[in-house]
Amino acid sequence: MYLQLTVGGLLLGCIYGLVAMGLSLIYGVMGIVNFAHGAFVMVAMYASFWLNRFLGLDPVLSSPLVALLMFGFGVIVYHAIIGKILEGPFLARLLVTFGLSIFLINCAQFLWSPDYRMVENPIFRGIIMLGPVFVEVPKLMASIGSLIVAGLIYWFVRKTKTGLAIQAISLDRMAASLMGIDIERLNGYAFGLGCACAGAAGGFLAEFYYIFPDVGTMFGLVALVAVALGGFGSTEGALIGAILIGIIETVGGFMIGSEFKYALVFLAYLVIVIVRPRGLLGWGAD
Amino acid sequence: MLNVSSINAGYSGVPALTDVSLHINPGEIVTIVGSNGAGKSTIARTISGLVRITSGSITFNGERIDQLPPHHIVARGLVHVPEGRHVFSKLTVTENLKLGAYATTSEAEIAKRLEYVYELFPILKERARQQAGSLSGGQQQMLALGRGLMADPKLLILDEPSLGLMPKLVEEVFEAIRTISQTGVTILLIEQRVLEALELCNRGYVIQNGRIVTEGTGTELMDSEMVRKAYLGM
Repeated sequence: MYLQLTVGGLLLGCIYGLVAMGLSLIYGVMGIVNFAHGAFVMVAMYASFWLNRFLGLDPVLSSPLVALLMFGFGVIVYHAIIGKILEGPFLARLLVTFGLSIFLINCAQFLWSPDYRMVENPIFRGIIMLGPVFVEVPKLMASIGSLIVAGLIYWFVRKTKTGLAIQAISLDRMAASLMGIDIERLNGYAFGLGCACAGAAGGFLAEFYYIFPDVGTMFGLVALVAVALGGFGSTEGALIGAILIGIIETVGGFMIGSEFKYALVFLAYLVIVIVRPRGLLGWGAD
Repeated sequence: MLNVSSINAGYSGVPALTDVSLHINPGEIVTIVGSNGAGKSTIARTISGLVRITSGSITFNGERIDQLPPHHIVARGLVHVPEGRHVFSKLTVTENLKLGAYATTSEAEIAKRLEYVYELFPILKERARQQAGSLSGGQQQMLALGRGLMADPKLLILDEPSLGLMPKLVEEVFEAIRTISQTGVTILLIEQRVLEALELCNRGYVIQNGRIVTEGTGTELMDSEMVRKAYLGM
């Protein structure tokens, strides 16, 4: 039974991990805590839903497209909003994404009503046996997909020239600009990449999860906890933190009742913040 | 080559530079000396675009650059190695150097410059795969210099390259500056070590409280009563 639960938690954690990685990337590069990250997941889920409704694309298969759309959305949001307040007062930097989140959620309610929706006839459904454990196929696909996207993002940031420049900005913004790096442009890319993480995750989630305007809020919060757990500024840490949370949520939820599962997740967060405020692998936050 | 013409600049309204003018001719080593907080670094930061001037003008090879963002200024061959080294501590030595050549797209060109920097500072080649943060202060300074050279500068601004180094390393750094200058790179050297800087330079400016108070050739300044009293303790 516990094996079954742990596997379930692991699968969930991989999806959380992708969302958290985007959050961590954005924080590491521009010092912005993106409270709208959950809302980005929600926007991506609706995008997948409508792509499915009108074009018949399956959410798992259309998730690269959704990630690409969200990348573009992120770049636009950066240049229209985030970039403008980056040098602004502390409170503005803190609250701008919070406002954006409320705006997006309410837009979704206005445009698409608060109804719960689900993708009809997803390609991946049912349950298979993997050794001794039952695994839901859509969740399995979503977590494999999430790991692939996370791996791609990791590779991009570590191994490409643009990724190196993004790392340089997160390490020393002034020195980066003296290298000839266009900070504004690359901040835009980094924000776009962060959104693309939320976008891909939203696409995978749309395969099996209810879609409604507030659906992203919990994903955003959990990702925030994962990032704090793993350490602000560490993308690997965010992934590990998220997997831990997935397992705590599933196993803990079974032990004390699923209505309290998030209480456990946030309790774990409180403990970590008190015991090790820099997170498991963190170096970014002081 | 570089012409700074009566600029004023400051930080959030507090003036740091008042009516500063200076010029640099191709091939020269020009130094700006002065005590801590006199505005030396601010001059470097205005030239490289990190700090905006409030009046006056800066031209580089005849083109006004005082309203350009830093990355456009770097692209024109005006490279600023900042005070305090500012190497990317979590990246390797090679990655740091490659970032120095960020504006260059030709892999062959980058490899060529990398080879040149390794030749100039063999220690960097030995440490190529180490994190920059694990290097000693002197090695980090070599890395910062090397990273600046990777941009193939026409004019190199060096802000306090000897800061925090022990005397033997200071000599090494000054030797490296001389070598770089001999390859045809024009150098603006900002220094607190007045004597060494004046010995090395062709011309120098002395700055006090954000104003240029005197200028001249290195020997002229070393002989000047004011410089000897204020900076050389004679």
